[in-house]
Amino acid sequence: MGYQINKTKMNTLFTDLLENYTIYAPKRFVGGGTFADTDCIRYGEISTLEEIEFSEKSDYSFKEVLLPISETLFYFTEAVMKESDPPLKEAIVFLRSCDLHSLNRLDTIYLKNGPVDPYYKRLRDHTHFILMGCENTFENCFCVSMGTNQSTNYDAYIKVTAEEVLIDSHWNLLDQALANAQPFTVVPDSVSINNISVEIPESIPQSVFDSTLWDDYTARCIACGRCTFVCPTCTCFTMQDLFYSDNGKAGERRRVWASCQVDGYTDVAGGHAFRENKGQRMRFKVMHKISDYKKRFDNQMCTGCGRCDDICPEYISFSNCINKVNALVKEENR
Amino acid sequence: MTTTNPYTPFLSEIKAVIKHTDIEYTFRMTFSGDAKPGQFFEVSLPKFGEAPISISGIGENTVDLTIRRVGKVTAEIFENYVGDSLFLRGPYGNGFSIDNYIDKEIILIAGGTGLSPVKGITDYFSAHPKKTKGFTLIAGFKSPNDVLFKADFEKWKKNLNVILTVDTPIDGYCGKSGMVTEYIPSIPVKNIDDAIGIVVGPPMMMKCTIDELLKKGFKEANIWISQERKMCCGIGKCGHCKIDDTYICLDGPVFNYTKGKFLKD
Ligand SMILES: Cc1cc2nc3c(=O)[nH]c(=O)nc-3n(C[C@H](O)[C@H](O)[C@H](O)COP(=O)(O)OP(=O)(O)OC[C@H]3O[C@@H](n4cnc5c(N)ncnc54)[C@H](O)[C@@H]3O)c2cc1C
Ligand code: SF4
Ligand code: SF4
Ligand code: FES
Repeated sequence: MGYQINKTKMNTLFTDLLENYTIYAPKRFVGGGTFADTDCIRYGEISTLEEIEFSEKSDYSFKEVLLPISETLFYFTEAVMKESDPPLKEAIVFLRSCDLHSLNRLDTIYLKNGPVDPYYKRLRDHTHFILMGCENTFENCFCVSMGTNQSTNYDAYIKVTAEEVLIDSHWNLLDQALANAQPFTVVPDSVSINNISVEIPESIPQSVFDSTLWDDYTARCIACGRCTFVCPTCTCFTMQDLFYSDNGKAGERRRVWASCQVDGYTDVAGGHAFRENKGQRMRFKVMHKISDYKKRFDNQMCTGCGRCDDICPEYISFSNCINKVNALVKEENR
Repeated sequence: MTTTNPYTPFLSEIKAVIKHTDIEYTFRMTFSGDAKPGQFFEVSLPKFGEAPISISGIGENTVDLTIRRVGKVTAEIFENYVGDSLFLRGPYGNGFSIDNYIDKEIILIAGGTGLSPVKGITDYFSAHPKKTKGFTLIAGFKSPNDVLFKADFEKWKKNLNVILTVDTPIDGYCGKSGMVTEYIPSIPVKNIDDAIGIVVGPPMMMKCTIDELLKKGFKEANIWISQERKMCCGIGKCGHCKIDDTYICLDGPVFNYTKGKFLKD
């Protein structure tokens, strides 16, 4: 159902929802950006409409709501091992279309690849997704090429205009709360054109693996991993056990975000690393996003949000790399 | 939690400890489920971490884990195991299917701790010698002090063709020396089209050994390998073990060479 309500009513609705839900949305953190004098837009808890940053793309994705940067799995005392408790409240997350598509990639890894991950599932099953529209493309987005520019599987779509709030609800709870509101036809804003487009080769021959194309990245990439931390479809973690105190009796086991671009990712005991240089790591990441994942699960992993390009301190462009790979494959096939 | 938690380890009692070298012990652990050679467990030590360890032997209600002391988790196992138990989760991975090798000529080549995941295969054919048309084990170790499973070698020698070699002999050692690859050409094989090669060890050793088997005429489809990669979960989530579209923890660690040869880190 579609509705039109005023902002005060929307904020009242938020207040009601906060009883049982934590609401996460992109927020502006002034001066917190990667580059000098820039702000950082990332996810945080909100309680009013005004706190939500609708006008710009968030630097970080929504994924930390379902995959916390550091998540405790077990607490240990001398005698017992106790599973961590889930949050008391359910969650509501504001996100854009590409990110809602990214949710499918997270689900695939955490619910389908091997056994179900119970820590992911317990958050996922209790999270509701609210779509934010895109009137125009942002810098570096290539969602149209990736087919992620439109979504229908949202719990609600919310658009804020100068005076009003437009809602398209697929969620009973909202329909009930808005029973007295004025019905209105609401169609989510979505872009049909980006400034950047990519063409992904149907299949990538082995020769591309050995191409000198990757050497450029060995020289430029500083292995900071930001491109993967901001990525809504990167899912890797490392296990980390720790003690609380010197006596070593109590502690916990956590998983923390990991990145295939950062040193140590493939290191095994004795000091051997399987992808020593950064060109190999870039190749590994790019192949995963546009080929390996698809071979295994039938859709592309990358959803074209462009955040990796936005954040890279070395101005390395992922979309540009895809197109370079495509050109190379075309060359080979000629 | 409604879903069972695959990260929750279970307590397994240490029934015996067999010391091979100062830093390599076999822990015989209670376990009553199904297990195959080449599968692995995550040894899970609260507050220290987890380490994937291959099954090096399968007994009645026990599995053997042969652990080399190399870092944080493995050191803690050696320091504090005495008379006790360990937390485990698993078994994980596909493991070797012995059915693929029955009634065939087999050359099994292992380097160092690479013998652990294939020891169960050797045990099986030593116990059922009629089920093979010829079984040769070539096991290589760095030096005589690094030799694992000495007592098992004595047993295997009785009904299998066993070649134990070391890279660098020391004074007083009178066994064979040299690389495992040097011994491959002279092993008699009657039907090369059907002969099985199984290779496990460090990456370079595996590569040279496979080259040697191919040179001898082995079919790629008859060569089996096991891969080791960094692992943090064992269940397809953490990403560390992934190569191409393959998760070593789920789809491996055992691969037929026709697939294994395409795995590019
Ligand atoms: C499928 C498989 C089977 C294995 N079988 C055996 C075996 O039978 N016996 C044996 O002694 N060792 C085996 N290993 C290697 C063993 O897992 C590592 O030596 C061990 O993880 C080192 O842990 P650590 O904490 O002592 O070392 P650290 O250097 O402190 O390692 C820290 C962490 O890194 C990871 N790690 C380090 N090295 C490896 C590695 N080689 N493989 C995977 N993860 C690693 C682990 O998560 C480990 O907890 C196997 C590895 C794999 C992948
Ligand atoms: S590509 Fe850029 S963001 Fe990614 S690790 Fe390299 S330098 Fe960092
Ligand atoms: S690879 Fe880059 S563009 Fe693709 S989903 Fe990840 S951050 Fe977005
Ligand atoms: S070990 Fe974590 S995905 Fe394979």
